[in-house]
Amino acid sequence: MQSNLQHIDPILYPILEQVSDPEIPVLSIMDMGVVRSATISDKKEVKLQITPTYSGCPAMDVIGDDIKTILNKAGYNAHIELVLAPAWTTDWITPKGRKALETYGIAAPLEANADKEVLLNGKRMVKCTNCKSQNTRLVSQFGSTACKAQFQCNDCLEPFDYFKCLK
Amino acid sequence: MKENLYNYILGIADNSLILGQRMGELTGHGPSLEIDIACTNISLDLFGQVRSYYQYAAKIAGDGRTEDDIAMLRKERDYLNVLLVEQPNTDFAYTIARQYLFDVYHAMFLTALQSSHDITLSAIATKSIKEVSYHQRFSSDWIKRLGDGTNESKLKIQNAVNTLWTYTDELFHQTEADKAMVTEHIGVDVTQLKKAYYQKVTSLLTEAALEVPKLKWFQKGGKSGIHTEHLGYLLSDLQYMQRTYPNMEW
Repeated sequence: MQSNLQHIDPILYPILEQVSDPEIPVLSIMDMGVVRSATISDKKEVKLQITPTYSGCPAMDVIGDDIKTILNKAGYNAHIELVLAPAWTTDWITPKGRKALETYGIAAPLEANADKEVLLNGKRMVKCTNCKSQNTRLVSQFGSTACKAQFQCNDCLEPFDYFKCLK
Repeated sequence: MKENLYNYILGIADNSLILGQRMGELTGHGPSLEIDIACTNISLDLFGQVRSYYQYAAKIAGDGRTEDDIAMLRKERDYLNVLLVEQPNTDFAYTIARQYLFDVYHAMFLTALQSSHDITLSAIATKSIKEVSYHQRFSSDWIKRLGDGTNESKLKIQNAVNTLWTYTDELFHQTEADKAMVTEHIGVDVTQLKKAYYQKVTSLLTEAALEVPKLKWFQKGGKSGIHTEHLGYLLSDLQYMQRTYPNMEW
C-alpha cells in the first residue's frame, strides 16, 4: 500500500527523504510513510501533512522540527499539519525502509496473523537480525519505543528489537 | 462554546490522563525491567491519545486555553474520569486488574466511537483502538498468568479484582453530556456496552481460574467530579511543576 505517497511533490521528495526518525536514524520518514502529503503552494510555501505512528510517539515533534529546518535550508517555508486519519499502518513502510530496519538490527514487521502468533502464542517466526535464525523468543511485548517488542535469538543469543505489526 | 461536546471530550480524555499517570508512576519501579517498560509504554500511548483529545477540546473552548492548561490547571472536582482509573498501584495485581478492567471497556468504547459523526473523535478512536487492543492483550495475558499461577499470585489477583469490581459499574453510567452527544450521534451509548463487557470479563476471569465477584452496590461519582481521596494525591504529583512554577515550558 503506497497511498501515502500520492500527494508528495517530486521536487520535495529528495529533500524530505533526508529526514529520519530520531529514534531509528537509518529510517527515512519517507520510507516510514509518515508524510501523507507535501505540496508547494505559493512559490516557496510548502504545506505538509504528517501522521504519527503511535499517538504518544515523542519523535513526531522532532520530525516536524527537522522537516521545517531542512525545507528552510532549501529555501521553503513549511507549514505542518498533524493528521490522524487514515491511521498509520506498518504496511506503509516501504521495502527499502524494511531493509534499512533489518540492516540496523530491528526485525521488520510480519503480517498481522503471523505477528499475533509470534507475540501471543510464542511461535518462532521472527528472524534474528544477527544470524538469521528463526529460533528466537519473545522477551517482552513492549520495547524501547512504542513501536517495538523485545526478542532474543536462542542460537546466537543476540537480543534485538522487532518492529510490531500495526494495522 | 459547545459545552456538552467539551465536557464529553474531557470525560473520555480524563480517563486516559489519570490512568496514564498511574502507569507512568511505575517508571523505574516496575517489578521487572520488561514490565516497567510495558507499563510506561501503555502510559505513553494513553498520554498521546490524551493530547489529541485535549487539543480538540481546547479548540472547541476557543478562549485561548491550551491542551496543557486543561491537563494541568484544573481542580480535582473538574476532572471527570471514572473512579476506577485513579485507584493506586497497591501492588502489581492491582495494577493489572485495574488495567484489564479498564482496557476491556476502553476497547469496546473506542470501537463504537469510530462511528461517531464527529470526524475528529472518530479519527482519534480509529488511531487509539490499535494501541488499546495491544494494552488489552498485555493485561489479559497477565490476569491469566496470575490467576492460574501460584497460590500467592492467585490470591493477590483475586483480591485486586474483588476490590476494584465496585468501580466497574460506573463505566456504564451516562452523564448529561453523554446523553446529549448520543442524541447527536457524536457520542457512544455506554449503557449498550454493559452486557457485553461483563460477559467478556466473566469469561476471562473464569479462564484464569478466578471467581467473578458478586456485588449489588457499586461506587460512583468520578464522572461528576466526586472522587476518591486518591485523586488529590495523584494530581498534586501531576500538577506539581505547573503549580510551583506557573506557566513554565519545557
